[in-house]
Amino acid sequence: MAASAGMSASAPGRHEVVVSVEDVTLSFGGVTSLSHVSLQQARGEILAVIGPNGAGKTSLFNCLTGVYVPQSGRIVFYSRRRGPVSIVGHRPHLVNRAGIARTFQTSRLFNALTAFENVKIGVESPQRTGPLGAMLHLPRTRREERESDSRTVELLEFVGLRGRSNDLASALPYGDRRRLEIARALGTGPELLLLDEPAAGTNPAEKAALAELIRDVNARMGVSVLLIEHDMGLVMSLADRIVVLNFGQVIASGTPAEVQRDPAVVEAYLGAPDPEDA
Amino acid sequence: MTGPEGTVGDALSGVHGSLLHPRVFGFIGFGLALWLAVSGRRRYAARVRALSDRVTSLPRRLLPDARVRAGVYLAVLGFAIAYPLALNSYWQEVLVDQIGVYVLLALGLNVVVGFAGLLDLGYIAFYAIGAYSVAYWSGSLPVHPPFHLDPFYAIPLAIVAAMLAGVLLGTPTLRLRGDYLAIVTLGFGEIIQIAATNMQGITGGAPGVVGIPHFKFELFGVHYAWGLSNLPYYYLLLGFVVLVLFAFRSLEHSRVGRAWVAIREDEVAAESAGINVLKYKVMAFAIGASTSGFAGVLEGSKISYIEPADFTVQLSILILVLVIFGGMGSLPGAVVGAAVLQWLPQYLRVHPLLGFQQQDLYLYLGALLIVMMIFRPEGILPSRRREREIGLAEHGIGRADAVGGTSGPIA
Repeated sequence: MAASAGMSASAPGRHEVVVSVEDVTLSFGGVTSLSHVSLQQARGEILAVIGPNGAGKTSLFNCLTGVYVPQSGRIVFYSRRRGPVSIVGHRPHLVNRAGIARTFQTSRLFNALTAFENVKIGVESPQRTGPLGAMLHLPRTRREERESDSRTVELLEFVGLRGRSNDLASALPYGDRRRLEIARALGTGPELLLLDEPAAGTNPAEKAALAELIRDVNARMGVSVLLIEHDMGLVMSLADRIVVLNFGQVIASGTPAEVQRDPAVVEAYLGAPDPEDA
Repeated sequence: MTGPEGTVGDALSGVHGSLLHPRVFGFIGFGLALWLAVSGRRRYAARVRALSDRVTSLPRRLLPDARVRAGVYLAVLGFAIAYPLALNSYWQEVLVDQIGVYVLLALGLNVVVGFAGLLDLGYIAFYAIGAYSVAYWSGSLPVHPPFHLDPFYAIPLAIVAAMLAGVLLGTPTLRLRGDYLAIVTLGFGEIIQIAATNMQGITGGAPGVVGIPHFKFELFGVHYAWGLSNLPYYYLLLGFVVLVLFAFRSLEHSRVGRAWVAIREDEVAAESAGINVLKYKVMAFAIGASTSGFAGVLEGSKISYIEPADFTVQLSILILVLVIFGGMGSLPGAVVGAAVLQWLPQYLRVHPLLGFQQQDLYLYLGALLIVMMIFRPEGILPSRRREREIGLAEHGIGRADAVGGTSGPIA
C-alpha cells in the first residue's frame, strides 16, 4: 500500500469521508459496466447502492475491493490507521488489509470448515506468524493463537452464532450463513464493510434480524457500511443515504426520502418493478 | 514402461513379447472387471464404502482419545526403531531406498497437493536438485565448488537450493490455476531432467555422477561416519521423518494451515478475507521442495551414484499416487500410503502372486488409482477436512475436486 492519494482529494463536505470513488469507468470489451461513477461515503454512514439488475452494483464492489481494476478513475480509501490509500491496482488481500472487508452476493464460506474456523481465518489474516513460528510453536505464535481464539468467540457472540461455533459452515441455515460471512469479514478488522445483498433469500424474520445486526455493526463497532440491497423496505429503514445506479451510471443520490421522490429513480427502478426482484 | 525389453534377433519379438504375451489377456480381463466395477458403482459403492468405513472406524473410534493416540504413535515409533534390526540386508535396503525415502517424499508432496491443493507434477525435480547439490558440494561434479563440504554439512545448503528452486518456479507460475499449474510443473520436471542429461560440463551428463561420499559427522569431538550399511541411513531418515511429521502437524493446525484450506476451498473468498494467496502457495511449494531436496541429498549420498534417468516424470506421478492412495492432506495417510504401496511390489517381487512382474507396476498403480477414485476418493486414512470437502462436493456444494481447489470465476 505504498501509493497514497495525497490529502487533496475532494473536500469531505460536512463529514469526514471514508471512501471516495471518483469518475470510475470499467468496461469488459465493448460492454461498459461502470461509466464515470463518482460517489462519496462519510465515515460512520450506512450507504446503500441500489439499482436494477445489471446496473453495475457488484462491479462497483469488485472495483472497491481490488477484484476488478477500472480503466480510469480513482478510488481513495481514507484509513484511520494509514491515511489515504489508493485502491485501484491493489490485490484484494491488500485492500482488505487496508481496512475494507466484504461479503458476497452468494455467500462464499469455507464450507468444509467450522463456523469457528471460518471466522478465525479472517481474524488471523493480519497476524504475523509464519511457517517457522507455526512449526516451532514460538511464543508469538501461541500468543496470537490465544488472541485470535478469543476474538473469534467475541465475533461469533456478536453475530449470534456462539452456539454454532463447531458446526460446519455448510450445515448452517441460510440466514446464519449470511451472519457468519459478516463475522468473517468483521474479523479482519475493517473500517468499511461492503455487504452484497445480505438479505437475499432470507425469510422475513431473518431479514429483520439481519437489519438489526447491520445496525449493530455500524453503531457499536463504528464500522461504515456500504450496502447493495434489492429489498426496498430494508434499504429505506437502514440507509442514511442512497446512491442509485442504472446502466453503470449514478442517476440519483440522497436521503431515502429524496431518492424515493426522484422522478428518474421512479422511472428506472421503483416505478417499474423489475420482474426479477423479490 | 510395460513389456519386456526387445532382443535384436527377431524383428517381431516385441510383438510376441508384449502384445501377444499371455499377460496381456490377463490385463484385458482385469480391465473388463474394472469396467464392470465402474458400471456397478451405483449399486455397490455404498456397500463398499460401508465396508471400508467399518474397517477404518476402529482406529477412528479409538484415536480421538489423545492418550490412546499418543500410545499408538509411540508403539509405531518403537516398532519402526526395533523392527529393522531383525531384517536381513535386502529388506533393510528396501526399507531405506524404497520405503523411507518415499515416505519423506510423500510427506513433502502432501503439503503441496494435500494442504494447499496445488497439483505439482514436477515434484521429483526438487529431489534431483537436492541430489545434484550434494554432488556439487562434495566435489563429485565436473564443476567444483568454492570449498568442499562433507555431504552431511551440505544438507542445509541442498535444502536451501531446493527451496529456492521452489520459490523461483512458484512465484511466476502459482498465479496459474488448476490444470495450467500442473502443465507448467510437468514441464519444469522435464527441463531439470533434460538439463541434467545434456549439460555434461556441469552435471556429468547422461552417465551420471559417481563417487558421492557418504555422510560423515564430526563435531565437538564426536564423530560418526555413515558407510555402506543401510541401518544408519534408516535411522537418520526416521529421525527426519518424525521431525517433519511434528512440524507439518503444527503447520496444518496453524494460521498457515488454515490459510491453505481457505485457498483450496475458495481463492476469491480467501483473498477478500485478507489472505495473500500467492505467498501461501509459494510457501507450500517451497516447503514441499525442501523436503524433496533433503530426500535427494540422502539418497545421493547413500547410493553415492546419481544419473538423470533417476528423475523421471513417472517418479513424480508415483509419489502423487502414494499421496492420493494414503489420503490427500493426511499425514498418517502419506506415511502409511507410501509405506504400503512401496513395500507391496518389493514383497511381490520375492513372493510372486498371480504372475506379478515389476515392469507392470504402473499398470496396477493406474488401476488402483481408478478404483480409489471411484470408491474411496479421500484415501485410506483420510484427513477429516478433505473428507468433508469431498462429501460436500458430491452434494454439489463447494469446488473440491479430486486434487484440489481450483476456484471458479470471479463473482
